[in-house]
Amino acid sequence: MPIDESSRIKNSRRREVLRVIAALPLLALPLSALAQQFPTTKVNTTKLAVTDGEVTVGQLHSATGTMAISETGSIQAERLAIDQINATGGVLGRKIKIIQEDGASDWPTFAEKAKKLLVNDRVAAVFGCWTSASRKAVLPVFEKENGMLYYPTFYEGLEQSKNVIYTGQEATQQIIAGLDWIAKQKNAKTFFLIGSDYIWPRTSNKIARKHIENVLKGKVVGEEYYPLGTTQFGSLINKIKLQKPDVVYAIVVGGSNVAFYKQLKAAGVTSDKQTLLTISVTEDEMLGIGGENVEGFYAAMKYFQALDNPNNKKFVEAFKAKYGEKSVIGDVTQAAYLGPWLWKAAVEKAGSFDIDKIAAASPGIELKIAPEGYVKIHDNHHLWSKTRIGVAQKDGQFKVVYESGLIEPNPFPKGYQ
Amino acid sequence: MKTIYRNVLGGKAGTLDVLVLAAILFAVFPFALDPFRLSLLGKYLCYAFVAVGLVLCWGYGGILSLGQGVFFGLGGYCMAMYLKLEASDPVSTKIQSTPGIPDFMDWNQITSLPWFWEPFKSLPLTVIAVLLVPALLAFIIGVAMFKRRVKDVYFSIVTQAIALILSVLIIGQQGMTGGVNGITDLKTLHGWDIRSDSAKYILYYASGVLLIAGILFGRFLIASKVGKLLLAMRDKEERVRFSGYDVANFKVFVFVVAALFAAVGGALFTLQVGFMSPSFVGIVPSIEMVIFAAVGGRMSLIGAVYGTLLVNFGKTYFSETFPSLWLYFMGGLFILVVMLFPNGIAGLMDSHVRPWLARRRGARLRNAETPADAPPVDSSLPGTATVRSPSPLAPGEGASTPRVQPAH
Repeated sequence: MPIDESSRIKNSRRREVLRVIAALPLLALPLSALAQQFPTTKVNTTKLAVTDGEVTVGQLHSATGTMAISETGSIQAERLAIDQINATGGVLGRKIKIIQEDGASDWPTFAEKAKKLLVNDRVAAVFGCWTSASRKAVLPVFEKENGMLYYPTFYEGLEQSKNVIYTGQEATQQIIAGLDWIAKQKNAKTFFLIGSDYIWPRTSNKIARKHIENVLKGKVVGEEYYPLGTTQFGSLINKIKLQKPDVVYAIVVGGSNVAFYKQLKAAGVTSDKQTLLTISVTEDEMLGIGGENVEGFYAAMKYFQALDNPNNKKFVEAFKAKYGEKSVIGDVTQAAYLGPWLWKAAVEKAGSFDIDKIAAASPGIELKIAPEGYVKIHDNHHLWSKTRIGVAQKDGQFKVVYESGLIEPNPFPKGYQ
Repeated sequence: MKTIYRNVLGGKAGTLDVLVLAAILFAVFPFALDPFRLSLLGKYLCYAFVAVGLVLCWGYGGILSLGQGVFFGLGGYCMAMYLKLEASDPVSTKIQSTPGIPDFMDWNQITSLPWFWEPFKSLPLTVIAVLLVPALLAFIIGVAMFKRRVKDVYFSIVTQAIALILSVLIIGQQGMTGGVNGITDLKTLHGWDIRSDSAKYILYYASGVLLIAGILFGRFLIASKVGKLLLAMRDKEERVRFSGYDVANFKVFVFVVAALFAAVGGALFTLQVGFMSPSFVGIVPSIEMVIFAAVGGRMSLIGAVYGTLLVNFGKTYFSETFPSLWLYFMGGLFILVVMLFPNGIAGLMDSHVRPWLARRRGARLRNAETPADAPPVDSSLPGTATVRSPSPLAPGEGASTPRVQPAH
């Protein structure tokens, strides 16, 4: 993170703090009353870091290393949500205090820090992780120490835990609605699947293939994987040109994206000649790739910054006020923003900070202030959500062209495995 | 008995070093630290195995391996495969399309256990594999390189390439290896829950005991003829060759020994941390392991342990205190160590701390003696310049055996 950025954050944080301090006398009365109504001994029976005036939560993302560029948005969104919650009275009359730990883009470090947060700091909840690998590394820790993780990234599914709330979409939610739409719109029959070589793209393409072959009665004409960080897509692009599939379905992640889309454009494979649907490019990636290289391609996400609804307008405004006019908000950033709000709702519904009670209270919780519109926690700890299709624009934003109904999360899809 | 005392324990000073380390590991840390910090320390001790192996191979043998992560990883993966199979019994994996195989295989459409996983159903075979697989690979690399007289920086580059190859291989074959995620969610070792606090204590002590045994073995090796030949080879390889020794064999030997150390560390690491991933295999972790040895002092087996502990403590402490700036602190620490103490912590001990201690002891002794019968103390020897000189408090002991090799 460049220095001016951090100082800007610091300044805006200072303003935030001043605002909160100014508001304190107003809050003092109802706050203490609420805290009295829920005495600490009652709402915290498992020795979590909850006092009469404060509750401590953990934040566990990569602030350094290769993933820092992706995870910074999540860190910011979670902090924004927590600041907003604190400004409106906190949770059960208690202010939220954050302990931030750095996972350093390194999975064992994630496990170590998760353990530190749960065992040493006894945090009431953790907002964190981004990659599947980091989640897999911390999952046994959360299950053993009985913590609660709010995980923001859209991911491959095949997982469900009492100790995790998945605020992003699992694979079927993101994939099936997108494929249905593009098949209908473009009358597509042939698909070319591309992915970075790890579990999420592979599992997602597996689901996509089953859906294309069994439901859409289409044909997969190619399926290719490239190691993370690959920058040479020449031979792949030749294959695409040769096969001329109706749709290229791309799940390329990270730095490879930049090379992939630039080389596509250089080879003349642009949106007027080729339909491309991706589930791995958000506004954050667009910053690196450059809007002109992706223009006209489609992305299937549950959230786009351009979503036109009052919740989102407020959210985007608050985010920009805190982190600068130029900041962009991608799908995961919005999902990370939901975490603290969903936790607050669960604590208030349960009337307790105890992990077991939150886990039990979570299913059925609705969030009407979500920037993406409306979400509801399913029994399987994933969210009911809508999927949208956006067309990439030159300025790095998406134009939303389709919105599905609420889709039930189904992390273990029958017939897709 | 006396030879053991001299060669394995390293005489009086050496014994003292080992005792201090044992006291710190077994008496101070377990009582001063809570179970969480202690389990972190247990993890650091696993890295210390690699560092001790590197002292033998790099410090004494002059072979700088930038690929110790390979052996650490292989040892760790062998152990992880056994634990994963135990965790993947048909009952707990009944939601999979093929119950009874590890979950990541199921996600990758693999329907039966690959052949090379079969031996890892048995604990004895696993223990053998933990040692044998890395040793065999080290042997093959060693023979292929040293017999062709590939050495110095060229050898280092080759080891680095091997580290890269292995991590790419593991990531690429995710159906059989767990890919980038590694092998996670390990629970029991032969029915024994490795995640409980008591298990952490037991594993910590086991690592400590094995580590000290390893250090004693290293000392024995250094004090033996092989150790002297290694040093001679490091400094004048041609001369040793012309004296009729097959230099390559000795190099292969010490390289295999270092690999074994790394493998044991890796296996213990898997047990303590509860998972294994390719992020321990690649180039970066391998270089980090060299840094542990360098900070500790590359000629000191015990120094390597302290170096590893210091670097990892620093890493944990800085990253907890300054989540977004800690890398700069670590970088600063490395630069400082290399600039100020090129011989690491052990070098610092030898050049400053020990002479200072000796001077103080000498001064105290003089103060105590002079008033009595005032024999002129030879003041030309303040602080007894040679570090290993027999202590004035125990005249005679150790004086008869001039030490050839500083093996602390």
